[in-house]
Amino acid sequence: MKRFVPPALLLLAAVAPFSTLAVPGLFEGPLNSPGTLQLLAVCLVFGALALGYDLLFGRAGLLSFGHALYIAAGAYGVDILVSHYGWSLWAAAPVAVLGAATLAALLGSVALRTSGIAFSMVTLAFAQVGFILVNRDPGGLTGGEEGLPMVTAGLPSALVGVTNTVNLYWLALAVLVVIVLVVHTIDRAPLGRTLIGLRDDERRIAVVGLSPYRVKLLAFVVAGALAALGGVVHALVVGGASPHVASSDLTLALIVMAVLGGAGTRWGALAGGLLYAYLDQRLARLGGDLPGPLSEPLFLLGTLFILAVYFVPGGLAGLRTRWEPLRRAVRRRQVADSPT
Amino acid sequence: MNPILRVAGLSVRLGGSHILQGVTFDVAPAGVTALLGRNGAGKTTTLRAILGEVPARGTVEYDGRAVLGRATHRLVRDGLAYVPEDRCVFAGLTVAENLRLAERVPDPDYALVHELFPELKARAAQRAGTLSGGQQQMVAIARVLLNPNRLLLVDEPTKGLAPAVVSAVATVLGRVAARVPVLLVEQNLAVVRKLADDAVVIEAGRVAWRGPADELLGDNETTRSLLGVGRH
Amino acid sequence: MSTVILLTLTGLGLAALYFLIASGLSLVFGLAGVLNFAHGLFLSAGAYATWWAAPHVGLPLAVVLGIVAAAATGALVELVLIRPLYARHTEQVLVTVGLSLAGVALLQSVWGADARVFLRPAWASQVTGILGANVPDDRFLLIGAAVLVLVALLAFLRWTRYGLIIRAGVENRAMVRALGIDVRNAFTLVFAIGGALAGLAGILGGMYFTSISPGQGASLLIFAFIVVVIGGLGSITGSAVAAAGVGLLQQFVNYYGTAGAGDVSVVVLLAAVLLLRPAGVAGKAVTA
Repeated sequence: MKRFVPPALLLLAAVAPFSTLAVPGLFEGPLNSPGTLQLLAVCLVFGALALGYDLLFGRAGLLSFGHALYIAAGAYGVDILVSHYGWSLWAAAPVAVLGAATLAALLGSVALRTSGIAFSMVTLAFAQVGFILVNRDPGGLTGGEEGLPMVTAGLPSALVGVTNTVNLYWLALAVLVVIVLVVHTIDRAPLGRTLIGLRDDERRIAVVGLSPYRVKLLAFVVAGALAALGGVVHALVVGGASPHVASSDLTLALIVMAVLGGAGTRWGALAGGLLYAYLDQRLARLGGDLPGPLSEPLFLLGTLFILAVYFVPGGLAGLRTRWEPLRRAVRRRQVADSPT
Repeated sequence: MNPILRVAGLSVRLGGSHILQGVTFDVAPAGVTALLGRNGAGKTTTLRAILGEVPARGTVEYDGRAVLGRATHRLVRDGLAYVPEDRCVFAGLTVAENLRLAERVPDPDYALVHELFPELKARAAQRAGTLSGGQQQMVAIARVLLNPNRLLLVDEPTKGLAPAVVSAVATVLGRVAARVPVLLVEQNLAVVRKLADDAVVIEAGRVAWRGPADELLGDNETTRSLLGVGRH
Repeated sequence: MSTVILLTLTGLGLAALYFLIASGLSLVFGLAGVLNFAHGLFLSAGAYATWWAAPHVGLPLAVVLGIVAAAATGALVELVLIRPLYARHTEQVLVTVGLSLAGVALLQSVWGADARVFLRPAWASQVTGILGANVPDDRFLLIGAAVLVLVALLAFLRWTRYGLIIRAGVENRAMVRALGIDVRNAFTLVFAIGGALAGLAGILGGMYFTSISPGQGASLLIFAFIVVVIGGLGSITGSAVAAAGVGLLQQFVNYYGTAGAGDVSVVVLLAAVLLLRPAGVAGKAVTA
């Protein structure tokens, strides 16, 4: 039964835009309204980004604080090629993703010379350069603090205009599926087991004869490429790239998503990403009505996150395993109580 | 006489492997009890579990009180002193600072330390990291001798030392053991022979042999089968 | 020549801010093993407390209040949030991440996202001529404060019992415990010291930039992280040397190169140090 849940949810997500169902409270318009579809598309993108990040964080145990750099490489890469150089999307997207993967290989080969907290600091520093660069607007390429709106001329007409928001939604869903497939394939492959081995005990893997450095670098590059892919879709969904996608705040948000959902589990980070992105957008819109610090989405999310670290160590995915013994106990009680 | 330390059913799991599986033995309130076994048998883990440095299950009674789960620093303040494997002196601190850090009482016994290790007085201002292995071992032992103790846990004090230094360390331990009971982890059987009254042999996380040290070391066959070494 | 002098003193002034932030981070990390993302919050606590109190009690007393508020914030964070997660380092980092997000948002909701004008002593706005260069006096304020703090910190670490415990704990926490010392008190102390120094950095930064904003802590924090890694985790003198190097490099490259090149060159320096000396300039292993 359980294995049919993901495809069923996927089917549901795929046909959702055909529904005119209005869910008051959850969404402002009916499901098929451009506003709701846009919100959902952003959620899907963050679900995908969080899962891609969890390849490093939850699976390989690499606490990178610089993941935003590769997301920004994808978003700005595709945006610059399309908007400044008039490339078509289909040429620009693969180049942006490959470029980000190359960047990840270069920087990862330096950063992975350190481990533990030092690795976190070094990745953070590298990403900070990206953030500074896009803010400085070198050669008028990035648009500085204002960001770079996507010039729609280079895009397929099906992705342009409010009425086509549904296509962006489907595109985001498709990329999410791709990233899920990649990450889950790695989970099942020898690489995935090696990564988890590395996370738990690096010496053990070194004994087996694999170079921990190369395995980690491979994971770093794959995660970088997935981040760039997510960045490309993010730029399409929100109509351009802004310095926020390069900021350390975005990486911190990814960590929050992964931990909220349950780092290192099959679906945890994805669920965390969906939930976080939804709350972030909804709270921002509701914010004005709430008093004091509650009007700041980040205050609520940060507090929620701290509470989650203390009280729900396994995240959303951990909740299920915590429920399981309780359910079993209840069932046993029922069996015991029933007359025999 | 009641034992100063009773260990019963001590179990430790670390990273999925069951390192100790119900270790049980007593430490007499006087003399040296040797804790023996091959590399990786669980000797160091036993000491660290007694001290509360690794999470453990079972019972540890120190001077009649259950101590498992108590904070390490409280146990040490109660006179359960520890000389760890590999000395663990603070390399960046001077000899004098290493000793000053270890003071727990208002009148630390520097007279004893300087009598046993006159060298340390001369090297008070030297950084401990630049000392030889034997000198570092002196600092490590001196640290616990500054304070009144009721039991010493000493982990491989002669490891990696030159033969002349080994016998010097053994002599000092013998003098110490005349006042305070010692639980000694040691690979050098000559040292064990010289110092130990009782012996406990651990094998694969369990106690494989307990009894008088003479009896164990007098029986070459048992020694060889339990420890993989013996007199040739 | 006058440009070089001005750039040097400006670079050292910036280095002073980096050092004040990095030394606390470095001690907290070296002793307690916590990479503290909430350190920027301590900085803001000091800056905003001083900004808020200055009109009521005057600037000098407000500075003292700001430092006390930042130290209290640091101690409180250790006691309430870090200590219960004892020895679970990833969770500790995550909590400080959450705290840094929530803290900035809290400041924004109370005082707004925009920068606030910060008071400074009147003399700090004047200039002093040195070998033909007109150097603004606020540089001397920053450098002087950092040198005082450096000397005081080194003396504290060298001559006091707690300094001894901290130095030993940075080397080997478990062994300090095994000598019968409750090392957790030292954790609280380094968080308080780190908070006080970060608060001082926030106040001096406010005087230097003549304004404070909720996000200021975070942007200074990243360069402080770089200083900590280059200087070697847990080393105060390493932090001081690295801060001076980073501040000077940043100023000179920014002036002679294109805008932003200074920031990039700092990260290149970091990469070079890691490649040549993975242990940092102070030689302590850069691993967790």
